[in-house]
Amino acid sequence: MNMIQAINSAMDVLMDRDPDIVVMGEDVGYFGGVFRATAGLQAKYGKTRVFDTPITEIGIIGVSIGMGAYGLRPVPEIQFADYIYPALDQLVSEAARLRYRSAGEFTAPITVRSPYGGGIFGGQTHSQSPEGIFTHVSGIKTVIPSTPYDAKGLLIAAIEDNDPVLFLEPKRIYNGPFNGHWDRPASNWSAHPAGEVPTGYYRVELGKAKIVRPGNDLTILAYGTMVHVVLASVEEAGVDAEVIDLRTLVPLDIETIEASVKKTGRCMIVHEATRTGGFGAELSALVQERCFHHLEAPIERVTGFDTPYPHSLEWAYFPGPVRIGQALAKIMKD
Amino acid sequence: MSDASRRSNLPPLALHVPEPKFRPGDAVDFAEVSVPPVDAARRPDTADAAAGFHDLAFGLVRVLDLDGTAGGQWDPRISPDLKRQMLRNMALTRAFDERMFRAQRQGKTSFYMKSLGEEAVSVGAAAALASDDMCFPSYRQQGILISRGCPLTDMMNQIYSNRGDKLQGKQLPIMYSEKGFGFFSISGNLTTQYPQAVGWAMASAAKGDTRIAATWCGEGSTAEGDFHSACTFASVYRAPVIFNVVNNQWAISSFSGFAGAESTTFAARAIGYGIAGLRVDGNDVLAVYAATLWAAERARTNAGPTLIEHFTYRAEGHSTSDDPSQYRSAGEPTAWPLGDPIVRLRDHLIATGEWDMDRHAEMDRELAEQVKAAQKEAEKNGILGHGLHQPLDSLFDGVFEEMPWHLREQQAQMVAEEEASGRPWARK
Repeated sequence: MNMIQAINSAMDVLMDRDPDIVVMGEDVGYFGGVFRATAGLQAKYGKTRVFDTPITEIGIIGVSIGMGAYGLRPVPEIQFADYIYPALDQLVSEAARLRYRSAGEFTAPITVRSPYGGGIFGGQTHSQSPEGIFTHVSGIKTVIPSTPYDAKGLLIAAIEDNDPVLFLEPKRIYNGPFNGHWDRPASNWSAHPAGEVPTGYYRVELGKAKIVRPGNDLTILAYGTMVHVVLASVEEAGVDAEVIDLRTLVPLDIETIEASVKKTGRCMIVHEATRTGGFGAELSALVQERCFHHLEAPIERVTGFDTPYPHSLEWAYFPGPVRIGQALAKIMKD
Repeated sequence: MSDASRRSNLPPLALHVPEPKFRPGDAVDFAEVSVPPVDAARRPDTADAAAGFHDLAFGLVRVLDLDGTAGGQWDPRISPDLKRQMLRNMALTRAFDERMFRAQRQGKTSFYMKSLGEEAVSVGAAAALASDDMCFPSYRQQGILISRGCPLTDMMNQIYSNRGDKLQGKQLPIMYSEKGFGFFSISGNLTTQYPQAVGWAMASAAKGDTRIAATWCGEGSTAEGDFHSACTFASVYRAPVIFNVVNNQWAISSFSGFAGAESTTFAARAIGYGIAGLRVDGNDVLAVYAATLWAAERARTNAGPTLIEHFTYRAEGHSTSDDPSQYRSAGEPTAWPLGDPIVRLRDHLIATGEWDMDRHAEMDRELAEQVKAAQKEAEKNGILGHGLHQPLDSLFDGVFEEMPWHLREQQAQMVAEEEASGRPWARK
């Protein structure tokens, strides 16, 4: 399966098991979603479980919270993460706080799916990586898969989770892994081991990172598309890096990170999102606090620049193999 | 500047900034507020198409006349017992407000908000809804909880954030959550409950349930984007929901003109969404009851949502942190042409031989005693500021269903800090 099919399969498998799961969003019903992630679900489960919504992100999330309060388990889609901002108040002030402010009387067991990230010439409003806005909010979990296998298993775990989960899907790797070499032919998931996805039910637990490449020279923390870019960059640089795919940003798998950095003595953080106030800053602070005496070099952050996401200058903006390679050379020299 | 010479025959543009009629010191004359007779508003069939509600969205549904008689098509013709019950619930709400306002002034809690003059809006609605219909209130519908029989002591425990507070001291006073009484957790963020109520109603419909949802906001917060989203969703899916807009003329210091009232009514907002719209005398509890009953039947028969504007007046300050004498005339509350909701029902019951002033005075005495006794009971659990009443480590409960490592670490850090601090509550 590619990642879209895996995401579709996760919803299909769970909707079949739990009649309280509903899927909603702009164009998700009859049409099956602008990325086809919900294709076939309305025909199979009916219009009261899979339906199109008006174009209002406030409404999509607000209505989902109300459905959750009733006892349903909504899986709303925000068509692009760039368009999640109108719903920020509902997510930050309501979904994330409902359990806390009602001392558990009401909860918001919603999973907000949203395609995110760049590398597709999406320009300013089809490329953003807003995860840092949400990792800053107490009460919401943030999950980002990097393979079809994880996408399905993590989405199942997210939907079954009783807390609100933001499930960001790296749209650049919907159809195949992307190593950052935009000028080379694209590959697809059928040639990748993680494209092997069971058709039935399985979970990939939230809060657990995955070491995708064991190594001894340094630790690289990444998620989403950047996992694949990092893997390619490491091979090209000939560095024995330990690459960790975080998979869940909140709650974070600190044990895996800490053990790795204490072993390697160096840490690099790579994300597409802009640098200042990005999630990399939190990762850097945590590693510094917990691994200070093991560090042999300053922690390196390779991120998007602090600018809006550009259109024509995309490959100068995107943290690709060239920038990562230079950062690798620097951190290994320190 | 633009090239003015090409349009020299036009006056310059002028920006209109609304201004209320009366400011502090002004004499008040509400002659321009139209109070149509009780038989002026027709009562349509609950299945009628929303497109035909223009007259009702701009008119005023009334049952109780100012002389105490009841009439018109909307007269619900309910039993004197039910009327007395509503009178009692309104009076109890007022007595509760009075006592809690005073408790705040005495420093027993940090904050309170009264609903003085608006008691009919929540008490009338609560009487018309089924007890298992779900309410998504704003912060000024305490009359619903009181009507539904929520123990006053529980409400006070929340206001005092004491050891009896079911919300563990986590919420500002009056931000109740009472799932058992069909009362959704109140948020400080305005109108967020509107789309949530629609979602609850849609879920009920999708599940083939019979329960409906009702939600409340003030006229000021109809300006929020959530209001628009909720109306659109409710109309699109014909959600079994009742939207209540409590038009009490004031949003803190801003008069209703800043929410658009100079140009239209709030009930008229419904027209553009294809929702049935009713404008109701909000100080007439029988009209509120009748309109809510009508809207509930419309919702329950899959005929769609209703928006009810309750035309009323916020007789008190916005909250204990507000001083209305700084922005409006002190004469407004008494000059309000629709009167006081309790006095109006009282006079109606007296006029129909079902009540008298002695019984009323006796009821008020009894309710004051009831509130006082509940307060005494609540204060046994402590008041705000006299120590922290919740276990220290509960601060971290309920952020997530299960506490992740970073919160466990912060919890341990906080407990250690407090134990080392020597602060009195840390020794408990």
